[in-house]
Amino acid sequence: MTSTKAIESISSSKGSVRSDLRQETLALTRRLFIQLVRRPSTLIAGVVQPLIWLILFGALFSNAPEGLLPGGMSYGRFLGAGVIVFTAFSGALNAGLPVMFDREFGFLNRLLVAPLSSRNSIIFASVIYITSISLIQSLAIMGTAFLLGYGWPGTTGLFVVLLTLLLLVFAVTALSLGLAFALPGHIELIAVIFVINLPLLFASTALAPISFMPVWLGWLAAVNPLTFAIEPIRAAYGGPLDLGLVILHAPYGDLTGYGCLGILIALSIGLFFLISPLLNRKLA
Amino acid sequence: MYLIELQDLVKSYGTVKALNGLSLKVPTGSLFGLLGPNGSGKTTTLRILCTLLSPDSGKASVAGLDVVKDPRSVRREIGYVAQEVAIDKILTGFELLQLQGDLYHLEPKDRNLRIAELIEKLEMQSWINRRCGTYSGGMRRRLDLASGLLHRPQLLVLDEPTVGLDIESRTAIWQLLLDLKSQGTTVLISSHYLEEVEALADQMAILDKGRVIAEGKPEDLKERLGGDRVTLKVREFSNENESEKVRNLLVNVRGVRQVVVNCVQGFSLNLVVDDESVLPRLREALDRSKIQLFALSHSRASLDDVYLQATGRTLMDAELAASNQRDVKLENKQAMR
Ligand SMILES: Nc1ncnc2c1ncn2[C@@H]1O[C@H](COP(=O)(O)OP(=O)(O)O)[C@@H](O)[C@H]1O
Ligand SMILES: [Mg+2]
Repeated sequence: MTSTKAIESISSSKGSVRSDLRQETLALTRRLFIQLVRRPSTLIAGVVQPLIWLILFGALFSNAPEGLLPGGMSYGRFLGAGVIVFTAFSGALNAGLPVMFDREFGFLNRLLVAPLSSRNSIIFASVIYITSISLIQSLAIMGTAFLLGYGWPGTTGLFVVLLTLLLLVFAVTALSLGLAFALPGHIELIAVIFVINLPLLFASTALAPISFMPVWLGWLAAVNPLTFAIEPIRAAYGGPLDLGLVILHAPYGDLTGYGCLGILIALSIGLFFLISPLLNRKLA
Repeated sequence: MYLIELQDLVKSYGTVKALNGLSLKVPTGSLFGLLGPNGSGKTTTLRILCTLLSPDSGKASVAGLDVVKDPRSVRREIGYVAQEVAIDKILTGFELLQLQGDLYHLEPKDRNLRIAELIEKLEMQSWINRRCGTYSGGMRRRLDLASGLLHRPQLLVLDEPTVGLDIESRTAIWQLLLDLKSQGTTVLISSHYLEEVEALADQMAILDKGRVIAEGKPEDLKERLGGDRVTLKVREFSNENESEKVRNLLVNVRGVRQVVVNCVQGFSLNLVVDDESVLPRLREALDRSKIQLFALSHSRASLDDVYLQATGRTLMDAELAASNQRDVKLENKQAMR
């Protein structure tokens, strides 16, 4: 569409574009939350599963020799960061599922015949929804970790935790939405989610530091996006936070907190630009 | 004045030509019936109109707005009730209508008033706050209609709106469509039921293999065809030889215009005659050749005859033949965005 055309069609609409966009995005988001409230099992499972990880794994290593982990951290505290990131990650990885079901059952067509001021509102709604539940789940995990005596990041720490999670959730949501439009059906989507989920967890620093790993696994962990989210959060749990300090000793070199966050930002932006042409084509 | 103008639409799915140069004009304010058997291209046409699908070539416009160049403006003018409408089973009907109102950018106050109005009009009070997953076919269809009408479109498009419904729901929907038309809304429906188009439409087109084969007022189409129809059998299941023999006998009877052997319907004979005065002469001719008559029926020309005349088969036969061949699951999969 040429820009003059766009301006014409904008001026002929009743409300302003921005208020139209807000109205449709809110309505679509509201639908997702109504579904969540009436079918809360995924939300509950999404909190319970990581809690079990936290409690069982924390207990498993509770008698590990002191000073085993770098910086003399207890294993429970070490693990907390991994579980928080993993929770947000798997939540975001599922972002594409509701969209896939809408494609398959034809509900998407109902949205596509409506005069949406931008079809991005369908995407925005998913992102808002997934981000909120990921944050709710993560906060629940953080609360439990605190009660288990695994500590609490300070105020700045909390800010860094939330920022890191937001970046990760945004990137993974983009990926999942892209998959939801690229794959032929929900069976394939669930298969892909299933296949990426656990390997990414094990090939990251969620459960053990790189120094514990064989070289090949260390390399995998050192390029795994989860690692770049886990390490800043772990640092936030580890005491006074300085993002300028080296927090990851990767085989290719040392990374500071800023370095990790920078990589996450680049990843989010990169995925966004990779996937938005696909979404635009499918929603055109 | 025409609200919808379709010109030379072509649309293929792989090797299947769903539309093959379809042209059509729908007058503003009409209740327009698109009649055609399964697979004739009705849904494809309506999807192009509603901007869900773009044609391979040809032009389509609604209220002067091009559906390809200005889809968003077109969407505002149309209420679309699809053949198999997806609903969200978890939401209540009321919540679905609210969502719909927001997607069409109604003011919240106006939206709620309009929803209340439609709930009353379509008698949905007792179940609108239940979840959609519990609705019967008739309830769903009424909800679909309400969502199509919510933003007061000047054009309502319905794809086979009464398929699979009980008679009561069907008559209720027919009445609603007639009311809408009398209030000035242009209504476009597709159907493979003759009776539906006969009962509702004041303008119509007959579709076959992705083209329009006849267009106009239903009465005019029948009139133009002319003559009465006689169906005649000499035995319940005859054979080709016998029917051919009888055919040769009857074509020479005065007032008989045409005799066709219908091999699908047990080799019965379909005749076009001037009027009922021909009937005694038919019996006479058979008597004289000592041929027994098994059954004979006489009727005015119907829309089915219009279709038969143009395609050489009845609508029902075409419908049966097509529905066996289609893999709707696969089509839905391919149509997925
Ligand atoms: N998504 C699709 N993929 C492949 N073929 C299709 C698809 N949709 C429709 N068709 C074919 O196009 C033709 C017209 O279909 P359609 O427009 O649905 O007709 P109708 O609504 O009159 O039954 C049919 O032969 C049908 O099998
Ligand atoms: Mg159809």
